[in-house]
Amino acid sequence: MDFTKLLELVVSASLINNFVFTRFLGLCIFFGVSKRMETAVGMSITFVSVMVISAAVSWLIFFGLMVPLDITFLRIVVFIGVVAALVQTADTIMKKTSPVLYHKLGIYLALITTNCIILAVPLINAGEGYSFIEALAFGLGSGLGFALALTIMASIREKLELADVPRPFRGLPIAFVVAGLIALAFTGFSGLITL
Amino acid sequence: MQQGTNWELIKNGMFKENTLFRMAISLCPAIAVTASMKNGILMGVAVLFVQVMVNMTVSSIRQFINPRIRLPIYMIVIAGWVSVIDMTMAAYAREAYKQIGLYIQLIVAFASILAKAESFASKNKIVPSMMDGVGMGLGFLLAMIVISFFRELLGKGTLLGLDIAGGKPLLIMVLPAGGFFAFGLLMGFFNWIDIRFFGGKGAGGAGGH
Repeated sequence: MDFTKLLELVVSASLINNFVFTRFLGLCIFFGVSKRMETAVGMSITFVSVMVISAAVSWLIFFGLMVPLDITFLRIVVFIGVVAALVQTADTIMKKTSPVLYHKLGIYLALITTNCIILAVPLINAGEGYSFIEALAFGLGSGLGFALALTIMASIREKLELADVPRPFRGLPIAFVVAGLIALAFTGFSGLITL
Repeated sequence: MQQGTNWELIKNGMFKENTLFRMAISLCPAIAVTASMKNGILMGVAVLFVQVMVNMTVSSIRQFINPRIRLPIYMIVIAGWVSVIDMTMAAYAREAYKQIGLYIQLIVAFASILAKAESFASKNKIVPSMMDGVGMGLGFLLAMIVISFFRELLGKGTLLGLDIAGGKPLLIMVLPAGGFFAFGLLMGFFNWIDIRFFGGKGAGGAGGH
């Protein structure tokens, strides 16, 4: 596994197949926390770390335990358990070791337990049959892509607060239209790298 | 905690608490699989099935669930039923499954299903729970049909694969960006109706899971 291939995987997962804009995952949280820059940044940091860790742990469980035992059909049940347990562990460790960080990011941790984007990474990894390092790279790329999307969106929505939006469109509808415009820009990335 | 008649329960789920347009949750598949009407309907039916089965299962075992571990139990019930529909589709609808399989699996993370199991099915008898599930599921299905109807008609000039409108379609509507536009515009439209004719305040201010 050479370095270029991994880099390509990261770039493709973060830009070309961006989770939010081309795969449409994690939309609930994308629209939920993108109102303010500060929360968006906090959420991004939490997301990237949880995604990489959950990609690693679920890869080990899937290929180390479930494939040899021939119980891959249980993957939905197992992965959601893994993610929930992982988030709970991270929550507890953070509370004990770094109360300041916990105070800042704790609420987001609780929120992402059943988030589709976190769950999608292990499912795609298993479906594509990625190697361990590839799975990590995919998790990292997806996390970075989500962080990028969230940051862009939050900075636009902060400005949007001041705009005079027609009443029926206030709140979510206008956010969707904005997301559509960003997605249009992201279509420009397709064909950047052919894997 | 009986809440009105069965018909009221269904209506409540379909319109007042419509998952997509009113509560703005479970948004991902609403945009991801609505580029064609066939996929939109399949997805809607899958969600309807899971919602009803989960509500019935949770309702029938509600006396045995220890309140302290109820959430993990709900998750297992949901994951179980999602696996059922996932495998069924993988076996009988292979072509569609290739396109929307990932989103079918991710029904497990639907907030609306867990929320209903927690807030309704765990406190009610089986029949009202089933009706509530039918209402929520139909509401979702209806929203999916509306969105995919517009996207397929405008984006490809077809409906369910049949050629309807001639001429050059608006490619943008089937592109990812079009999904966002379609949903934003439709949501704004329904808010407008609500404000104009029913004196409501318009939904979608909050947004969440």
